[in-house]
Amino acid sequence: MLLIRCPWCGERAEVEFKYLGDATVTRPASDDSDEAWYDFVYTRDNPRGEHVEWWHHTAGCRRWIRVRRNTWTHEVLGSEPANAKQGD
Amino acid sequence: MAQSHRYAYGGQIDRTQELKFTFDGKQFTGYQGDTLASALLANGVRLIGRSFKYHRRRGIFGIGIEEPSSLVTLRKGSRTEPNLRATEVELFDGLEANSQNRWPTLRFDIGALANLASPMLPAGFYYKTFMWPSSRWMFYEHWIRKAAGLGHSPTENDADNYSRRFDFCDVLVVGGGPAGLCAALAAGQAGAKVMLVDETARFGGQLAYDNSLLNGTPAMDWVNQAVEQLDAMANVQVLARTTAAGYYDQNLIVAVERISDHLPVPADFQDRQRLRLIRAAQVVLACGAIERPIAFGGNDKPGVMLASAVRGYATQFAVQAGKRAVVFTNNDSAYSTVSALRNIGVEVVAVVDCRSESAGETALSHLGNARLMQGYAVTGTSGKGKIRSIEVSRLLDEETILGSERINCDVLCVSGGWNPTIHLFSQAQGMLRFDDHIGSFVAAEQKQNLRLAGSINGDFELSDCLEQGHRAGIEAAREAGFSGSVDAELPVAEQAKTSPTKCIWNVPIPAKKHAKQFVDIQNDVTVNDLELAVREGYISVEHLKRYTTLGMGTDQGRSSNVIGLANLARVRGEDIPAVGHTTFRPPFTPMCLGTIAADEHGEHMTPLRRTPLHDWHVENNGIMQNSGVWQRAACYPRTGEQIADAIVRETRHVRSKVGLVDVSTLGKIELQGRDVAEFLERVYINRWKSLQIGRCRYGLMLREDGIVFDDGTTTRVAENEYYMTTTTGNAGPVMEHLEFYSQTVWPDLHVHLTSVSDQWSGMALAGPLSRDVLAAVVRHTGVDNESLPYMGYVEGEIEGVPVRIFRVSFSGELGFEIHTPSEFAVAVWEDLLAAGQRWEIAPYGLEALTVLRIEKGHVVAAELDGTTTAADLGFGRMMKKDSDFVGMRLAQRSGLTATGRLCLVGIVATEDRPIPKGAQIVERSDDAPPASTIGHVTSSCFSPHLNKEIALALIRDGDQLLGKKVYAASPLTGRNVAVEIAHHIFFDPTGERTRV
Repeated sequence: MLLIRCPWCGERAEVEFKYLGDATVTRPASDDSDEAWYDFVYTRDNPRGEHVEWWHHTAGCRRWIRVRRNTWTHEVLGSEPANAKQGD
Repeated sequence: MAQSHRYAYGGQIDRTQELKFTFDGKQFTGYQGDTLASALLANGVRLIGRSFKYHRRRGIFGIGIEEPSSLVTLRKGSRTEPNLRATEVELFDGLEANSQNRWPTLRFDIGALANLASPMLPAGFYYKTFMWPSSRWMFYEHWIRKAAGLGHSPTENDADNYSRRFDFCDVLVVGGGPAGLCAALAAGQAGAKVMLVDETARFGGQLAYDNSLLNGTPAMDWVNQAVEQLDAMANVQVLARTTAAGYYDQNLIVAVERISDHLPVPADFQDRQRLRLIRAAQVVLACGAIERPIAFGGNDKPGVMLASAVRGYATQFAVQAGKRAVVFTNNDSAYSTVSALRNIGVEVVAVVDCRSESAGETALSHLGNARLMQGYAVTGTSGKGKIRSIEVSRLLDEETILGSERINCDVLCVSGGWNPTIHLFSQAQGMLRFDDHIGSFVAAEQKQNLRLAGSINGDFELSDCLEQGHRAGIEAAREAGFSGSVDAELPVAEQAKTSPTKCIWNVPIPAKKHAKQFVDIQNDVTVNDLELAVREGYISVEHLKRYTTLGMGTDQGRSSNVIGLANLARVRGEDIPAVGHTTFRPPFTPMCLGTIAADEHGEHMTPLRRTPLHDWHVENNGIMQNSGVWQRAACYPRTGEQIADAIVRETRHVRSKVGLVDVSTLGKIELQGRDVAEFLERVYINRWKSLQIGRCRYGLMLREDGIVFDDGTTTRVAENEYYMTTTTGNAGPVMEHLEFYSQTVWPDLHVHLTSVSDQWSGMALAGPLSRDVLAAVVRHTGVDNESLPYMGYVEGEIEGVPVRIFRVSFSGELGFEIHTPSEFAVAVWEDLLAAGQRWEIAPYGLEALTVLRIEKGHVVAAELDGTTTAADLGFGRMMKKDSDFVGMRLAQRSGLTATGRLCLVGIVATEDRPIPKGAQIVERSDDAPPASTIGHVTSSCFSPHLNKEIALALIRDGDQLLGKKVYAASPLTGRNVAVEIAHHIFFDPTGERTRV
């Protein structure tokens, strides 16, 4: 069971969270291409190594957070609020 | 009864407390401090079980968790527990144990015919023989399972209680041997919060089995002092009988604490076992090492035992594993068995050492007058129920033996070296390397915050173990932030003078002899089986394991793995590192399912939710039923009334007079902020900006893939305040969905979401007379059509309690939903019933509610099944075309808008039989299955209003098929009902009744 650092609540056990998936995809504009929308809804990478993911602190502060995690070693490398500025 | 094999003196047992126990119904006695294994050996019981495949006789082989053979079933009835190792079972008065895998008795076992037939049962026999025809496998399997196997699982519910807890510590020390004790003392003195766990009832590890000295006195004196010292430290928790079973990410160790297993039954209000989830900043693994055997002909017979086990039974229990012993070894450690046996009056006739070089000075000092046979090996055993003699030959090299000599003995103490217990290290993703000197795997590279101490490192010297433990304790504490002064003085151990181990795995079988050399005693895997498997192409270690069952079962190859790998390497002509090893997985030793489940079983498996009105329903004859996680009243039968009649009565009552139903289970969300209307526009498919204060609107939500997610009503209660209801089942998911979009996709919108499902209770007042009832009790607001029109909202008071009143209708009748803070729910409910007496108000339950909504064609979870679109459900025209909302783009893709989709229709039975739930819709009634279907039934009921059986169904292009005659077929129930497709709104299609 992972230990995940919630930016608001500190380190908490995985059972308090719910996992959603890749946090690097962004929702296309409503008039974007069909391909862009298809990719957004269905296409996900399955990387071995670092991955930025959405987790919801469901049994805690109810905030969605971005967690950087290594899918190979299960190391939790960092986390930040959903509204933190994203680098390119 | 005399214990024939118990020496008159010595041992760590309490001879003043005699304990009675039975094995296979026969009565024996032992002492407090015995294990079942030591007590059976003390009574001279050698035959304990039958082997897995060949049903060969098996006795006690080891002394702890490594035991492959002596598996027993303990206790009876609801406390039956199979497959326990007799070596780990602590004796208590009245213990009942039974042998396994034998029929009709242990001595006379029909299954033992398998042993005679064993030339016909090679590796993979079952796979090869029972492959064809595949349809017969179920038949074969029944008999194979009966013949091969372990104990039987209990048939009654477990009578005991289990629990689970979380622990947090700075330093967790696994293993209470010399290294672990030193680590715990050092880390504790440094100031860290320490937990020390050991799987046995006592501490000391191998020291309890040896006659080692520390500071010149018996080592166990130091052990007892150390444990006392640890017990006295407030920051140290010492847990005996606690097995660290799993090592997970970020130093989470799952341990099983056996609280009551050593007692006949748990004390009152006490758990049998407790699962501990320990999160440790630092871990010290001091798990020790386990002795491995050597494979030679007939090495599985009762009387062939590990040398360390024989030594342990002698030292700890004063038990003579035999009366005349031979030691067979490839290393120095087994020599101390000679003196340990001599101390309890057992003659050791010979030490057979397969090394040509001499053992070390320390080892030789134990020898006494036992005959030393250097450069010899044991090649065979004779005797049936137990060994009577052994064959010994000169060992020239690994393939060649010379001559033969027979030596009479009844116990053979075997040592093939020691395997470090690296299982937890490996579970923690640590990498292993093969160490040629000890002939086993040791830690190479670690991934987590842990360190190893003691013989787990492959370093078996006592002084090194103490030193390593001490250092690991200090370092672990320091890493965790504790550097208090450590003044623990390390005890002084005698420095042993040793010779190296010679890694030998098998001894050749003498020419013209037939005997099985067992590698895995529990699973009956022989050297021949491994050779055959490799010849057949199973050269990968993972394939070999699954094909031969090497290393499976309850001992997971504790004693057999390395020998198996060495044989695989030999046959493949490679070295062991090239062959690799199988993966070590949790749990380290078998765990009870009850312990894993802890208290989450039966009613506690998921939380059962009750509405604030629950007690009222129960007291008023409500038939309570589970609906998802909720308990809801199905109906309220009157005296002498059948349930089906009650449902019809309640339904008719709502349509003709007035009824009241508890709808508190609905999800309720408060939305506040200046951008809520915009937010609602983006999460619902329909328009929201035009919604006025004091008005409600029905809304439908999609998922981003264009499929319907949920529906409900949302009310604008103030300028920037809205109140949303969701379906009961989606209360949680809708909240998460909205939180996701407001926090991550549109954080610029000013919206604040609060779940108020528990804070507000709801009740629906429905029926032509409902307004009269409401008007009679509500204050501070009118409820007439002008003040509260259809889809309107007002706030008022009922007997001083604030209420929110929504004029919405699920039943199709004039109706009001009245929401009130949950603490007032019962009061408001009773006030409404009291005021409604004049109009003959009656409560109605979930069943009538369902009938009313099917008659009105309202959809619920059965129709919002994760495949239906808004258009499928008849809501196509609600969908905005000109602005973005969740699911908007993918709802337009061709697959979701094409013809040929399943869409919502009603069906009416044309005969007087209920329409089966979940039935398939077929066009002909005489097609033999598999018939092609055009849809399926989602909800069905008897409609009192139409006096017909009706249902909602999803039928391909169903909206084009109104009036078509089809069949609702349910092959499972054998029912096939003629039906006619109709519009899904059966009753009052224009909705006049709700608008009066």
